Amino acid sequence: MKVLVVEDEDDLREVIIRSLQKENFVVEAAADYDTAMEKLYTYEYDCILLDIMLPGGSGLKILEQLRQEKEEYHVIIISAKDSVDDKVKGLDLGADDYLVKPFHLAELSARVKSLVRRKKMNGDNIIQFNNLSIDTVSRCLHVSGQEVSLNRKEYDVLLYFVLNKNRVINKTSLAEHVWGDHTDQSDNYEFIYSQVKNLRKKLKDAGAEAEIQAIYGIGYKLTGVETA
Amino acid sequence: MKLLNHTLSYLSVILLFVIGLWAGIFYINMIDEIHDSIDDGLDNSKQLIIRKALVDSQTLTKQFFHERNYKVKEITAQQAKGYTDTYIDSTLFMENEQDYEPVRILKTVFMAGNGRYYQLDIVSSMVEEDDLIEDLFYALLWLYGIILATVLVVNNLLLRKIWKPFYQLLDKLGKFRLGSNDSFQPPATRVLEFNRLNDSLEALIAHTKETYAGQKQFIENAAHELQTPLAVSISKLELLAENEAATEEQLTEIGAVMETLQRMKRLNKNLLLLAKIESGQFPEEESVSINNVVKDVIPMLEDMAAHKGVEMAIVEEAELVVNMNPSLAEVLVTNLIKNAIVHNTAGGVVDVVTNASGFSVKNTATGHALDAGHIFERFYKNGSSKNTTGLGLAIVKSIATHYGYTVSYSYANAHVFIVQMK
Repeated sequence: MKVLVVEDEDDLREVIIRSLQKENFVVEAAADYDTAMEKLYTYEYDCILLDIMLPGGSGLKILEQLRQEKEEYHVIIISAKDSVDDKVKGLDLGADDYLVKPFHLAELSARVKSLVRRKKMNGDNIIQFNNLSIDTVSRCLHVSGQEVSLNRKEYDVLLYFVLNKNRVINKTSLAEHVWGDHTDQSDNYEFIYSQVKNLRKKLKDAGAEAEIQAIYGIGYKLTGVETA
Repeated sequence: MKLLNHTLSYLSVILLFVIGLWAGIFYINMIDEIHDSIDDGLDNSKQLIIRKALVDSQTLTKQFFHERNYKVKEITAQQAKGYTDTYIDSTLFMENEQDYEPVRILKTVFMAGNGRYYQLDIVSSMVEEDDLIEDLFYALLWLYGIILATVLVVNNLLLRKIWKPFYQLLDKLGKFRLGSNDSFQPPATRVLEFNRLNDSLEALIAHTKETYAGQKQFIENAAHELQTPLAVSISKLELLAENEAATEEQLTEIGAVMETLQRMKRLNKNLLLLAKIESGQFPEEESVSINNVVKDVIPMLEDMAAHKGVEMAIVEEAELVVNMNPSLAEVLVTNLIKNAIVHNTAGGVVDVVTNASGFSVKNTATGHALDAGHIFERFYKNGSSKNTTGLGLAIVKSIATHYGYTVSYSYANAHVFIVQMK
């Protein structure tokens, strides 16, 4: 899987690259309009992360060019501007998703993976992880072929974990993804704990080859385990 | 005291002195003139009487005033020698008044036809000074009163008209709020001083607005610029935490730093939101059902409430539909309800009531009333909850102010926040 990161901010570009590399993506980067266009003319990418405000030209212009020249392209806009206009414009120009900066790396990974899966797997809506299989359309979990019933929040938590398997997910990122932005004033994210605890128990009872580990002070990590 | 009446109070004291002084001078001059006039009359009478005495010796026998205004008394040549005319003030018993009344007497000496000397006293009625003073006093009292009344009337009719632009200006200044979008338009006037005042105020307000806008812009820019470095720092820590070699101790440390950064991020995000609300960056408005917003928000906060052991209840007394930005409506409702959950007690309740004109959020109190004057201020924190930003209610207030709603806090064994929207 090849991803092009078009972002002019060095620090941000670097962490995005590092994070995507951990997911085993082949990552290339462009810091301005011209470099981005050059790369896009020369290579094919499975996914393009596109900043709107770029030196040398707008990311929206890149989108327009892509629409004219390419048959298939998958773009996630990453923009600092949280304006409805930009979002609508970007999606109209053929972008698949829109992520407002600043974002969590786990959120980005999840979006990239969802997009790639949606587009590349040609409608395959099953995500497999060891003996877990998640149907993203009917929102069901099967462990070794047996259905495990999850409530809406548990399902969202699990999907987020599976899309970020073997990655450390911090509590804020999880809370914002599953419970929305509203959580950002709360005392702490302890309420997440009970959901995770229930999910962990359900996975264990079903004999899932996956385990949610608590990472001290930070959050959680989903790892595969060997069942006896 | 009003400016108009203030002048009057000074004027009344000054007038009292001026009129008093004037009355004294006037009185002395008048008495002087009266004496002068009477003395002239007496002098005239003297000549007439002496002329008459020369032809009519009967005159020389009139030794008492009786019905006449003179009396004659024979004196020796010795006594007459060196005698000069003298005017004296005295009193005489008046039949009509049955009282002694003031008179002016001219004492003179003449030599009759018979060669003898006679002393002649001529009397003339004088003004009664005490009566005169009394009359003068009352007249002046009237004058004083009338002047003050006139000034009062003139002040209140004429000056009030002249000072009208000034009072209009005061009203406008009183209503002027920094940060509101209405421009400051001083009342038109032809008075030079008022125009100068207007110009100075306009310049001052323009400068203040500029400074204020600059400050706001600065906060917004600062918050905006901080976003990415904060997010990058957190992301880098996340990557660091994935390092297999990290020990539990190191992870805990990383976690602590991340927590602090998250708090900073929240703070920053709220500051940015506040700055955006205040600079009117949420122009899109549509009709929003607050009932629906409440019903959307409650489930999102349910887990948080459940964790705290707080029960939430919605009471819909009426449908409340307002015209506002939907995101801000959500923030408004969310912040109030979240506030009610966070500052609740285990086993407490949150009641959200919507009626036709507004909505209220009530939560179980932890003891005493909050300081209503400060809770809507930025960074005001009750207690030591270090994970709240102290901006939630400031944002509520800011949204309310933006749309002209009022948000109030009251305490009745429970904390009650009421947003009056209509």
